[in-house]
Amino acid sequence: MKLITAIIKPFKLEEVREALTEVGVSGLTITDVKGYGRQKGHTELYRGSEYEVDLLPKTKLDIVVSDSQLESAIDAISTAANTNKIGDGKIFISTIDQLIRIRTGELDEDAI
Amino acid sequence: MTEIEFALNTFYLLISGALVMWMAAGFSMLEAGLVRSRNAAEIVTKNLGLYAIACVMYLVCGFFIMYPGEAATSSWIPGISLSYLFLGMDNQDMSYGSYSEASDFFFQVVFVATAMSIISGAVAERMKLIPFFAFAVILTGFIYPIQGYWKWGGGGLDALGYTDFAGSGVVHLCGAAAALAAVTILGPRKGKYGTDGSVHALPGSNIPIAALGALILWLGWFGFNGGSQLAVNTASDAIAVGQVFLNTNAAAAGGVIGALFTSKIVGGKADVTMAINGAIAGLVAITAAPDSPTAGLATLIGLIGGIIVYFSVIFLDSKFKIDDPVGAISAHGTVGIWGILATPLSGAGEFGTQALGALIIFSWAFITSFIVLKVLDSLVGIRATDEAQEVGLDKYEIGVEAYPDFK
Repeated sequence: MKLITAIIKPFKLEEVREALTEVGVSGLTITDVKGYGRQKGHTELYRGSEYEVDLLPKTKLDIVVSDSQLESAIDAISTAANTNKIGDGKIFISTIDQLIRIRTGELDEDAI
Repeated sequence: MTEIEFALNTFYLLISGALVMWMAAGFSMLEAGLVRSRNAAEIVTKNLGLYAIACVMYLVCGFFIMYPGEAATSSWIPGISLSYLFLGMDNQDMSYGSYSEASDFFFQVVFVATAMSIISGAVAERMKLIPFFAFAVILTGFIYPIQGYWKWGGGGLDALGYTDFAGSGVVHLCGAAAALAAVTILGPRKGKYGTDGSVHALPGSNIPIAALGALILWLGWFGFNGGSQLAVNTASDAIAVGQVFLNTNAAAAGGVIGALFTSKIVGGKADVTMAINGAIAGLVAITAAPDSPTAGLATLIGLIGGIIVYFSVIFLDSKFKIDDPVGAISAHGTVGIWGILATPLSGAGEFGTQALGALIIFSWAFITSFIVLKVLDSLVGIRATDEAQEVGLDKYEIGVEAYPDFK
């Protein structure tokens, strides 16, 4: 079992969600977050003066998948979230030790 | 004058006054949208409070000072009396003039509130609430009515031949000059200018609300300028009112186009806040003589006002380090002067007299406001502390946040 944590552009969420549903991912959790990578924000103009926006709004997805689903889920996210422009985000993969469904007490792969 | 003419004029004045009253909503929304969210509840509190104070002070003494009639001491010194507190239906009749006395008061009182609303925008996000209200008492009760007497009460400015149909000078320049005095004493908002002289933008919290405010002001201005004809009982008055509505609308349209395209061409982006200022600039510019130009000339006067406001906002902000969060000093002051000086273009007034009138109004409002605010500052302090500005005046002064669920 793997935990996929993806940081994407907020307006790409709907496309990513659809792509994940198509490859059989049944659940995800999203969080609105702010941050920056190599792009380091940008400047805007308001009434003739510039101001820096250094923390950009992003959307974070947390998805747990079985090992067999991992590749297709990563593909789905990288394809759907790609705009080919700076700031598209990143995907982090980590291993999950244990998973429990609260309602039934099912464990691990059965609980995904 | 027949009774029906008297009734028609009175009715027209009342409807016009109600339209101008609605400008209080316009200023509230415009200012609430252009300040940061932490100060939005405080700025609408100031707008509600100043409107109420203006109404009370104008009743107590302001209206009498502005229109003292025979009681005037000289052409520059009006009289004073509390007599309007006792105005009732029993002591009104058609001998007052071509409309009822109460309708006259109502139409005039909403103008003084407009002048004070200009100031609340310029001092936004950093002036303490109670000193602001204290200053509102003095401005609406004395500073505004005295110079109003000089023009509309038949005093010295009127005798000079100074022309000001609905108040580019008497209302807008007066408010802007007082605002400039206040901003000079207050200084900029914390974080507006860096120690190295850099200029930082502090973007407004709600642009759609600010745009709604500008459009409400645009609507209210039909009462402001249209009502200032003061009569619709004859065909010539009705034709004049029609022309005033047409020109007021045309100038506002010109102002939007002037500011929006200047912003797009010079700044690269079509800054909507400049378009908002442009609409107001067009309206302020035409207010000194909305009855005399042709519709095309009115559009041009507004268009030039819109171009002027763009450069005025940027110059005051970055060159002179005068921090005006909503651009009130530019839209009402710089463009107010343009409006006053532009009246000879349509054959109303004479350039030298207009310039002298603008100078007298500006000097009076600036100097008296500066003195009153200096006294207030030394007594209680008028600037909110750095801490209050960081926390936001909503929490600090009002105890209610404008957008508590929105972080």
